[in-house]
Amino acid sequence: MSHRILDRDQVEHIAKLARLRLTEDEKDLMAEQLSSILDYVAKLNELDTTDVDPMHHAVDRSNVFRDDNPHKSIDHNEALANAPQTDGTFFIVPRVI
Amino acid sequence: MVEQWTISEIRSKLLKGAISAKELIQELLSYIENHNSYINAYLTITAESALKEAEEFDNNRKLLEEKPLGGVPIAIKDCLCTRFIRTTCASKILENFVPPYDATCVEKLRKAGAIIVGKTNMDEFAMGSTTEHSAFGPTRNPWDTDRVPGGSSGGSAAAVASGMAPCALGTDTGGSIRLPSFYCGVLGLKPTYGRVSRYGLIAFASSLDQAGPIARTVEDLAILAEVISGYDPKDTTSVKKEVPRFSEILGTPVKGIRIGIPKEYFQHSIDPEIERAVEESIKVFRTLGVDFVEVSLPHTDYGVAAYYIIAPAEASSNLARYDGVKYGFRSPTEKPDLMEMYLNTRAKGFGAEVKRRIMLGTYALSAGYYDAYYIKASKVRRLIQQDFLKAFEKCDALITPVAPLQPFKIGEKLEDPLALYLVDVFTLPASLAGIPGMSVPCGLSSRGLPVGFQLLGKYFDEEILFRLAYAYHREIAYSPQIAILS
Repeated sequence: MSHRILDRDQVEHIAKLARLRLTEDEKDLMAEQLSSILDYVAKLNELDTTDVDPMHHAVDRSNVFRDDNPHKSIDHNEALANAPQTDGTFFIVPRVI
Repeated sequence: MVEQWTISEIRSKLLKGAISAKELIQELLSYIENHNSYINAYLTITAESALKEAEEFDNNRKLLEEKPLGGVPIAIKDCLCTRFIRTTCASKILENFVPPYDATCVEKLRKAGAIIVGKTNMDEFAMGSTTEHSAFGPTRNPWDTDRVPGGSSGGSAAAVASGMAPCALGTDTGGSIRLPSFYCGVLGLKPTYGRVSRYGLIAFASSLDQAGPIARTVEDLAILAEVISGYDPKDTTSVKKEVPRFSEILGTPVKGIRIGIPKEYFQHSIDPEIERAVEESIKVFRTLGVDFVEVSLPHTDYGVAAYYIIAPAEASSNLARYDGVKYGFRSPTEKPDLMEMYLNTRAKGFGAEVKRRIMLGTYALSAGYYDAYYIKASKVRRLIQQDFLKAFEKCDALITPVAPLQPFKIGEKLEDPLALYLVDVFTLPASLAGIPGMSVPCGLSSRGLPVGFQLLGKYFDEEILFRLAYAYHREIAYSPQIAILS
């Protein structure tokens, strides 16, 4: 493809938004592959969708409420069990501030 | 022996005492041990807990009698949470994740007495159509081990096809139950969106994900569908609707049912053997008194484009949770910095296809592109849904091919993501609309590879799919074959 929809700079910007570190090779490949996918996706523009209501869900429903009753949830220790680092009470992460 | 038994055969042998539950599980485990290393259908084999549960049934006959699936072994796709059993999504980022709870569909199976024998391989986070995108190596198609089993539930379908499990659960976001079931020559059902709770199904694209059963006979598929379906307060998108007794309506005559043939599905270049299989099955249905009518689903060709915006968009949001903090893999960093930790963890934890889709989805949702891509795709999704609603004014169900190609060689399409996406062309529209779909095997092609067809139904009308598949298999005297493994 002569003209790519996405260039390396855009790929770097999206990677930053997505919190992904890409190698230099990955950036090139990503620019090429995503551009080719987006080029295909552009066929959506063949359709006039001016008055079409977007469909975000297969079953149209909104605001599913339930009573606010306290109930048993998973145990504190179980909730921490899969964490890479904890002090037994909290998740531990590298210093933020 | 045990590898060939259906659920009802297993139940009847256990109840008659022809075999104990423990012997049954032991035999199956040794069969798995002999064959899994090559097929790679299972990522985890739960021998210890399976044998323990089997013993409980042997020690308590009443329990065995009461539970509809008492003592029946089952394989579970590794994106469904299983309490205290490692659940990886075939990703390095969840390599050591041990969920503290069961997915609702898994919990329902356990309550019905099913015994989990293992967790099955898949494309990482269910993103793929071949099971090649697994961090733990590809699954092989048991009918031709050089070929892909389809995906993303390739491990589940291959396990059932090769006799390493009588039945399994998979998940389907864009065809991930139907395609591998087709490629492995077994039955697979994607229920209507909302029929089965998604609680504990590790999210890929939440508006599309749906768990469903894979089995070798229509009866077995129906029994499983009955058990796992139903409203769940833990999933607000599950629907309050009574679950029909699918297993009890199977023999209902199909005369007078009207099946639509969507012409767009046959204008594609389709493998001639696949096309012939669909045509032959139509002839069989005609002899049963089923009527056929041509219908049009004009937006079929836009399904792939709409899906590959919507699903990655939802995935990019869902997968933001893998940050190395609460669970899963965390990469070491040179200096203690939170952003460094995020970037390294996600760079090393995710595979190439997952990264590609996160990138694609992030782009489609980013400022300036949201309307052009995500909203545009969501509008086209509505048009695809309207196509189906209109077609169903003229017919009760639809018949289509499952995919345009027979199983291809492992590695053949790995370098060309778009070519792989196009394999999903016939399964994606039903996923976007949320209607139920079933993959029904016909037998083997001249190349010894499975062929079959897809049935699609109206919202919450899985019943008609079961009735049609059952009548078809009965008419052709279908007898499920186990892929013989050397």
